[in-house]
Amino acid sequence: MNQRVDPNPPESSPPEPTPPVHYVSTAPFDPLSVEVVSAAQEKFDMASQWRMIWLRLRRHRLAVLAGIVLLLMYAAILMVEFLAPYGLNSRHVDHIYVPPQRVHLFHEGRFVGPFVYDLNYRLDMRKMKRVYTEKTDSPPRPIRFFCHGDPYRFWGFVAGDMHLVCPPKDAAGEAPMFLFGSDRLGRDMLSRILYGMRISLTIGLIGISVSFVLGMLFGGLAGYYGGWVDDLVQRVIEMLRSIPHLPLWLALAAILPVTWSPLLVYFGITVILGLIDWTGLARAVRSRLLSLREEDFAIAAKLMGASPQRIIFRHLMPSFMSHLIASATLAIPGMILGETALSFLGLGIRAPITSWGVLLNEAQSVNVVVLYPWLMLPMVPVIIVVLAFNFLGDGLRDAADPYR
Amino acid sequence: MLRYLIRRLFVMIPTLIAISFLIFVIIQAPPGSFLDTYMAELQSQGENVDQGRIEFLRHEYGLDQPFYMQYLKWGIGLLHGDLGYSFEHNMPVRDVVGDSLWLTVMVTLATTLFVWVISFPIAIYSAVRQYSIGDYVFTFLGYIGLAAPSFLIALILLYFGHLWFGISIGGLMDARYIGQPWSWAKASSILSHIWIPVLVIGLPGTAGMIRRLRANLLDELHKQYVTTARAKGLSGWRLLLKYPLRVSLNPFIADIGSLLPELISGSVIVSVVMSLPLTGPILLQALRSQDMYLAGSFLMFMAFLTVVGVFISDILLAIVDPRIRLGGGTTK
Repeated sequence: MNQRVDPNPPESSPPEPTPPVHYVSTAPFDPLSVEVVSAAQEKFDMASQWRMIWLRLRRHRLAVLAGIVLLLMYAAILMVEFLAPYGLNSRHVDHIYVPPQRVHLFHEGRFVGPFVYDLNYRLDMRKMKRVYTEKTDSPPRPIRFFCHGDPYRFWGFVAGDMHLVCPPKDAAGEAPMFLFGSDRLGRDMLSRILYGMRISLTIGLIGISVSFVLGMLFGGLAGYYGGWVDDLVQRVIEMLRSIPHLPLWLALAAILPVTWSPLLVYFGITVILGLIDWTGLARAVRSRLLSLREEDFAIAAKLMGASPQRIIFRHLMPSFMSHLIASATLAIPGMILGETALSFLGLGIRAPITSWGVLLNEAQSVNVVVLYPWLMLPMVPVIIVVLAFNFLGDGLRDAADPYR
Repeated sequence: MLRYLIRRLFVMIPTLIAISFLIFVIIQAPPGSFLDTYMAELQSQGENVDQGRIEFLRHEYGLDQPFYMQYLKWGIGLLHGDLGYSFEHNMPVRDVVGDSLWLTVMVTLATTLFVWVISFPIAIYSAVRQYSIGDYVFTFLGYIGLAAPSFLIALILLYFGHLWFGISIGGLMDARYIGQPWSWAKASSILSHIWIPVLVIGLPGTAGMIRRLRANLLDELHKQYVTTARAKGLSGWRLLLKYPLRVSLNPFIADIGSLLPELISGSVIVSVVMSLPLTGPILLQALRSQDMYLAGSFLMFMAFLTVVGVFISDILLAIVDPRIRLGGGTTK
């Protein structure tokens, strides 16, 4: 272009160099300097996978709330003995089927702090129902906090008698305090629900670990080996899925020998729940393995000579682990409900081990429920826990999905 | 299509055989048989045991034979419609179960229809008006439906039915029709009672179905062909009905596979709570007393119902959705 415009032949003397009209820096150019990011942004960009999941999860208000509720509940099962006002089997023969008592703050217009009134008892002969009424003219019985009450063995080992709340004292010793009512043997429902929480919540965790291991194992085998192993596992999964769960659980629970101790039965039930439930997880693992196996990074790792073990555990596993944990979280409520249903029907956990299902077993007949509706109270924590696990699982699943 | 049908049938048969074997193993697993416990019970009461009858039963049902022979005998009997012998009731299983099998089929069918009819409009509304107040309300109700197991709902319904109306809403027909032969009056009595159990059993399934259909429809609505159609000026309703809805209809049919086991599980426990003459109470009693042929036949019947339901749903799916490949070939 220049040459065509310039008529001068190349042999002529070079023209005087004209000074540039604009300023040009002579300092070497550093391309990175224009892309400088703030420290906070860099931290966000370089965040690890788990941190990113956490950052995304934090935006789900409901999931975080559910997580907090669950954390509190699991923290509570560590110290049930301390939280429960009574022992698991403390009976009060004079106070059978007491309705939930009200906690008052004011006595005759005067602030006394939380207290309960004494109870009047009479038998309604027409309805054959025990009727309790509050003696509002009795002196207020203030509830005690951080006090000595029913003795217990902490987790079955350490002896103690310290409670967060205790029934109030009166002249004769202890005045009754049944905040959630009492059952047919005069046992405090609140304490029993708290003790039942320990069993009902752990059963989901143990069951899910059983089904997690089975699901990883069989799903991994099917996804990694393919071929006839895959076919076999697929057929078994299909078969297990086409038998309705509850009848199968019932049949399996009926196998457990009557001679087993309640603790053994407890573990038996968790294993049964896990044995049937692994199919969903196995399917998830298999399909993820099959699709990830073809991804570029997996092929690259293979070409660089990584062993199958290293490919699976170092490269493939991290990419579906988060997803798997989310699925597992969503599977826990099914187990808790399964245990509740089994115990409700009387084929699950047996007394003296107490779960929410065992408590609900008492509320089986309509007559009892109509006369003493507070026996249905264990339903409330069941629904709360199941809802919380569902919310948390949904949030986790969304957060674990890298394509959102 | 015919080839697909036949292939699918051939997959079904080994599945059923495997299931029957599994069930037989489970009901055989407890040590001892019903006859042993029965005899021990009679002897402890000081009653005379008719040794001849026990021997006859033991021989008739092959309890003296090895495990696989017992299984073969039971399986072949099932094929002939001989469900075995109920030790506890002392009569053939077929007479014990009576109407309960048919009533279970009826309730399950009605519940499936209920789930479809209810979840269909709600899911469409929720997806089209995403994040509207109605959507939130239905999502919340759906969560409650998922979280509250059906037997708890049944219990609450029983409680309020008693509290408000002073009647017991349990049962599936008027007491005077129980044990009566089928008649119009009996059928209409059942029809007027059936909706409460259907509602209770179907609620969790409905909640799940709404959730899945809504998610499916939302996925479709965000696809490019919808944008294209909208850009070309297709009106909202026509667009919705013509394309995305049809595609997302699949779960309605395909989910029978997961819906049916759920409904049957639900019906077992709900029928115990509400004392319905379905399979649930008899199955529970049979499992408790180790009445193995009765329990086994019930389990087998439920599995059969599910497998056949899935089979039908697969065929319907193949008819509705041309994208489903009929010929062999593995799907990944």
